[in-house]
Amino acid sequence: MRVPILKQGDYLIASIQSALSDEDLLQLRDDLAEQVGRFRSRAAIVDVTVLDVMDSFAVRTVRAIAHMIRLRGAETVIVGIQPEVAFSMVQLGLTLGDVATALDLEEGLAYLNEQSRVP
Amino acid sequence: MELPLTISSGADIVAARQQGRKLALQLGFSDVDQIVIATVISEVARNIVEYAKQGEIRLRPVAGSAGKKGIMIVAEDRGPGITDLVQAMQVGYSTGRGLGLGLPGAKRMVDEFDIQSSQGKGTIVTMKKWVE
Repeated sequence: MRVPILKQGDYLIASIQSALSDEDLLQLRDDLAEQVGRFRSRAAIVDVTVLDVMDSFAVRTVRAIAHMIRLRGAETVIVGIQPEVAFSMVQLGLTLGDVATALDLEEGLAYLNEQSRVP
Repeated sequence: MELPLTISSGADIVAARQQGRKLALQLGFSDVDQIVIATVISEVARNIVEYAKQGEIRLRPVAGSAGKKGIMIVAEDRGPGITDLVQAMQVGYSTGRGLGLGLPGAKRMVDEFDIQSSQGKGTIVTMKKWVE
Protein backbone atom coordinates (compact mmCIF):
# COMPACT_ATOMS: atom_id res chain seq x y z
CA MET A 1 0.00 0.00 0.00
CA ARG A 2 1.35 3.40 -0.99
CA VAL A 3 1.98 5.65 1.98
CA PRO A 4 0.05 8.93 1.79
CA ILE A 5 2.28 11.99 2.03
CA LEU A 6 0.62 15.15 3.30
CA LYS A 7 1.99 18.61 2.68
CA GLN A 8 1.79 20.73 5.80
CA GLY A 9 3.37 24.14 5.21
CA ASP A 10 7.11 23.66 4.84
CA TYR A 11 6.90 20.05 5.93
CA LEU A 12 5.93 16.74 4.40
CA ILE A 13 4.26 14.20 6.64
CA ALA A 14 4.37 10.56 5.58
CA SER A 15 1.67 8.90 7.57
CA ILE A 16 2.08 5.13 7.44
CA GLN A 17 -1.36 3.50 7.71
CA SER A 18 -0.65 -0.24 7.65
CA ALA A 19 2.09 -2.86 7.57
CA LEU A 20 4.51 -2.15 4.74
CA SER A 21 6.25 -4.59 2.46
CA ASP A 22 9.82 -4.00 1.35
CA GLU A 23 8.51 -2.67 -1.95
CA ASP A 24 6.20 -0.20 -0.16
CA LEU A 25 9.14 1.10 1.87
CA LEU A 26 11.24 1.66 -1.23
CA GLN A 27 8.31 3.44 -2.87
CA LEU A 28 8.03 5.73 0.16
CA ARG A 29 11.75 6.51 -0.09
CA ASP A 30 11.43 7.47 -3.74
CA ASP A 31 8.21 9.45 -3.22
CA LEU A 32 9.72 11.48 -0.38
CA ALA A 33 12.94 12.22 -2.23
CA GLU A 34 10.91 13.48 -5.18
CA GLN A 35 8.29 15.46 -3.26
CA VAL A 36 10.75 17.21 -1.01
CA GLY A 37 12.04 18.86 -4.19
CA ARG A 38 8.68 19.39 -5.84
CA PHE A 39 7.21 21.15 -2.80
CA ARG A 40 10.50 22.72 -1.73
CA SER A 41 9.92 21.23 1.70
CA ARG A 42 12.29 21.94 4.55
CA ALA A 43 11.60 18.71 6.38
CA ALA A 44 9.87 15.36 6.23
CA ILE A 45 8.25 13.59 9.15
CA VAL A 46 7.82 9.83 8.84
CA ASP A 47 5.20 8.56 11.25
CA VAL A 48 5.82 4.86 11.98
CA THR A 49 3.34 4.57 14.87
CA VAL A 50 1.39 1.71 13.26
CA LEU A 51 4.46 -0.34 12.30
CA ASP A 52 4.76 -3.35 14.61
CA VAL A 53 7.94 -4.58 12.98
CA MET A 54 11.05 -2.57 12.19
CA ASP A 55 13.46 -5.19 10.97
CA SER A 56 16.86 -4.72 9.39
CA PHE A 57 15.41 -3.86 6.00
CA ALA A 58 12.99 -1.28 7.40
CA VAL A 59 15.71 0.34 9.47
CA ARG A 60 18.12 0.42 6.55
CA THR A 61 15.46 2.01 4.35
CA VAL A 62 14.54 4.62 6.96
CA ARG A 63 18.21 5.55 7.24
CA ALA A 64 18.43 5.78 3.46
CA ILE A 65 15.36 8.04 3.41
CA ALA A 66 16.93 10.38 5.96
CA HIS A 67 20.23 10.51 4.09
CA MET A 68 18.60 11.12 0.72
CA ILE A 69 16.45 13.89 2.12
CA ARG A 70 19.48 15.50 3.73
CA LEU A 71 21.22 15.44 0.36
CA ARG A 72 18.16 17.24 -1.02
CA GLY A 73 18.69 19.93 1.60
CA ALA A 74 15.95 19.02 4.04
CA GLU A 75 15.61 17.27 7.38
CA THR A 76 13.90 14.07 8.45
CA VAL A 77 12.33 13.15 11.75
CA ILE A 78 11.09 9.64 12.49
CA VAL A 79 8.20 9.67 14.93
CA GLY A 80 6.14 7.08 16.76
CA ILE A 81 8.51 4.12 17.24
CA GLN A 82 6.58 1.94 19.70
CA PRO A 83 8.30 0.70 22.88
CA GLU A 84 8.11 -2.97 21.84
CA VAL A 85 9.55 -2.09 18.44
CA ALA A 86 12.37 -0.13 20.09
CA PHE A 87 13.11 -3.16 22.26
CA SER A 88 13.26 -5.48 19.24
CA MET A 89 15.48 -3.07 17.33
CA VAL A 90 17.94 -2.92 20.21
CA GLN A 91 17.97 -6.72 20.48
CA LEU A 92 18.63 -7.06 16.78
CA GLY A 93 21.43 -4.52 17.05
CA LEU A 94 19.70 -2.00 14.78
CA THR A 95 20.31 1.71 15.16
CA LEU A 96 19.02 4.73 13.30
CA GLY A 97 22.44 6.37 13.51
CA ASP A 98 22.16 10.14 13.45
CA VAL A 99 18.57 10.20 12.19
CA ALA A 100 16.37 12.46 14.35
CA THR A 101 13.50 10.82 16.21
CA ALA A 102 10.63 12.11 18.30
CA LEU A 103 7.99 10.49 20.46
CA ASP A 104 5.03 11.32 18.24
CA LEU A 105 3.88 13.65 15.50
CA GLU A 106 3.32 16.54 17.91
CA GLU A 107 6.84 16.26 19.31
CA GLY A 108 8.25 15.87 15.81
CA LEU A 109 6.62 19.13 14.70
CA ALA A 110 7.81 20.86 17.86
CA TYR A 111 11.35 19.63 17.20
CA LEU A 112 11.33 20.97 13.64
CA ASN A 113 9.86 24.31 14.68
CA GLU A 114 12.58 24.59 17.31
CA GLN A 115 15.26 23.77 14.70
CA SER A 116 14.02 26.46 12.35
CA ARG A 117 14.15 29.14 15.02
CA VAL A 118 17.81 29.86 14.25
CA PRO A 119 19.19 32.82 16.19
CA MET B 1 -0.05 -28.06 13.10
CA GLU B 2 0.12 -25.03 10.89
CA LEU B 3 0.15 -24.98 7.13
CA PRO B 4 3.45 -24.08 5.56
CA LEU B 5 3.61 -20.49 4.35
CA THR B 6 5.15 -20.05 0.94
CA ILE B 7 7.66 -17.21 0.91
CA SER B 8 8.64 -15.65 -2.40
CA SER B 9 7.80 -11.94 -2.20
CA GLY B 10 7.75 -8.91 0.05
CA ALA B 11 4.03 -9.42 0.63
CA ASP B 12 4.70 -13.00 1.80
CA ILE B 13 7.20 -11.68 4.34
CA VAL B 14 4.53 -9.35 5.75
CA ALA B 15 1.95 -12.17 5.83
CA ALA B 16 4.36 -14.56 7.59
CA ARG B 17 5.22 -12.12 10.35
CA GLN B 18 1.55 -11.29 10.87
CA GLN B 19 0.75 -15.01 11.19
CA GLY B 20 3.63 -15.36 13.64
CA ARG B 21 2.41 -12.51 15.76
CA LYS B 22 -1.10 -13.93 15.80
CA LEU B 23 0.11 -17.35 16.92
CA ALA B 24 2.38 -15.77 19.55
CA LEU B 25 -0.61 -13.87 20.93
CA GLN B 26 -2.69 -17.06 21.08
CA LEU B 27 0.13 -18.84 22.92
CA GLY B 28 0.25 -16.14 25.58
CA PHE B 29 3.46 -14.35 24.66
CA SER B 30 3.89 -10.80 26.02
CA ASP B 31 3.46 -7.78 23.73
CA VAL B 32 7.22 -7.39 23.48
CA ASP B 33 7.77 -11.06 22.65
CA GLN B 34 5.04 -10.98 20.00
CA ILE B 35 6.96 -8.20 18.26
CA VAL B 36 10.28 -9.98 18.76
CA ILE B 37 8.83 -13.13 17.16
CA ALA B 38 7.37 -11.17 14.24
CA THR B 39 10.72 -9.45 13.71
CA VAL B 40 12.68 -12.71 13.77
CA ILE B 41 10.28 -14.21 11.20
CA SER B 42 10.72 -11.14 9.03
CA GLU B 43 14.50 -11.57 9.06
CA VAL B 44 14.53 -15.25 8.12
CA ALA B 45 11.76 -14.76 5.55
CA ARG B 46 13.75 -12.01 3.89
CA ASN B 47 16.82 -14.24 3.74
CA ILE B 48 14.70 -16.75 1.81
CA VAL B 49 13.51 -14.15 -0.72
CA GLU B 50 16.94 -12.58 -1.08
CA TYR B 51 19.12 -15.66 -1.36
CA ALA B 52 16.86 -18.53 -2.42
CA LYS B 53 14.03 -16.61 -4.15
CA GLN B 54 11.52 -19.08 -2.73
CA GLY B 55 11.02 -21.22 0.33
CA GLU B 56 8.64 -21.79 3.17
CA ILE B 57 8.09 -20.92 6.79
CA ARG B 58 6.34 -23.22 9.23
CA LEU B 59 5.03 -21.95 12.54
CA ARG B 60 3.69 -24.19 15.27
CA PRO B 61 3.17 -24.38 19.00
CA VAL B 62 5.63 -26.56 20.90
CA ALA B 63 5.60 -27.98 24.40
CA GLY B 64 8.77 -28.05 26.47
CA SER B 65 9.72 -29.63 29.76
CA ALA B 66 7.83 -28.68 32.93
CA GLY B 67 4.75 -27.57 31.01
CA LYS B 68 6.61 -24.88 29.08
CA LYS B 69 4.79 -23.53 26.05
CA GLY B 70 6.49 -22.05 23.06
CA ILE B 71 6.58 -21.38 19.37
CA MET B 72 8.69 -23.13 16.77
CA ILE B 73 9.67 -21.29 13.62
CA VAL B 74 11.19 -23.23 10.74
CA ALA B 75 12.44 -21.44 7.65
CA GLU B 76 13.42 -23.75 4.83
CA ASP B 77 14.58 -23.21 1.30
CA ARG B 78 16.27 -25.11 -1.48
CA GLY B 79 18.46 -22.19 -2.47
CA PRO B 80 22.21 -22.01 -2.93
CA GLY B 81 22.96 -22.70 0.74
CA ILE B 82 25.45 -20.83 2.90
CA THR B 83 29.14 -21.33 2.08
CA ASP B 84 30.49 -20.38 5.47
CA LEU B 85 28.05 -20.77 8.36
CA VAL B 86 30.51 -19.44 10.93
CA GLN B 87 30.88 -16.25 8.92
CA ALA B 88 27.14 -16.01 8.26
CA MET B 89 26.50 -15.98 11.99
CA GLN B 90 28.89 -13.07 12.53
CA VAL B 91 27.49 -9.59 13.06
CA GLY B 92 28.19 -7.38 10.06
CA TYR B 93 28.80 -10.19 7.58
CA SER B 94 26.56 -10.23 4.52
CA THR B 95 26.91 -11.35 0.93
CA GLY B 96 23.63 -9.65 0.03
CA ARG B 97 22.04 -6.28 0.54
CA GLY B 98 21.62 -6.80 4.25
CA LEU B 99 23.28 -5.24 7.24
CA GLY B 100 24.60 -8.63 8.28
CA LEU B 101 22.47 -8.50 11.42
CA GLY B 102 19.67 -10.86 10.45
CA LEU B 103 20.93 -14.29 11.47
CA PRO B 104 23.07 -13.32 14.49
CA GLY B 105 20.29 -10.94 15.57
CA ALA B 106 17.63 -13.61 15.21
CA LYS B 107 19.77 -16.04 17.21
CA ARG B 108 20.05 -13.54 20.06
CA MET B 109 16.29 -13.00 20.11
CA VAL B 110 15.18 -16.63 20.49
CA ASP B 111 15.86 -19.35 23.08
CA GLU B 112 16.95 -22.10 20.71
CA PHE B 113 18.52 -21.63 17.32
CA ASP B 114 19.77 -24.16 14.82
CA ILE B 115 20.92 -23.70 11.25
CA GLN B 116 21.69 -26.41 8.73
CA SER B 117 22.91 -25.54 5.28
CA SER B 118 24.53 -27.41 2.47
CA GLN B 119 25.81 -25.81 -0.67
CA GLY B 120 23.51 -26.24 -3.60
CA LYS B 121 20.84 -27.89 -1.48
CA GLY B 122 19.44 -25.20 0.73
CA THR B 123 19.14 -23.94 4.27
CA ILE B 124 16.94 -24.79 7.24
CA VAL B 125 16.75 -22.45 10.22
CA THR B 126 14.89 -23.82 13.25
CA MET B 127 14.12 -21.56 16.18
CA LYS B 128 12.18 -21.91 19.41
CA LYS B 129 11.07 -19.32 21.87
CA TRP B 130 9.36 -20.10 25.15
CA VAL B 131 6.61 -18.17 26.86
CA GLU B 132 8.11 -16.59 29.97
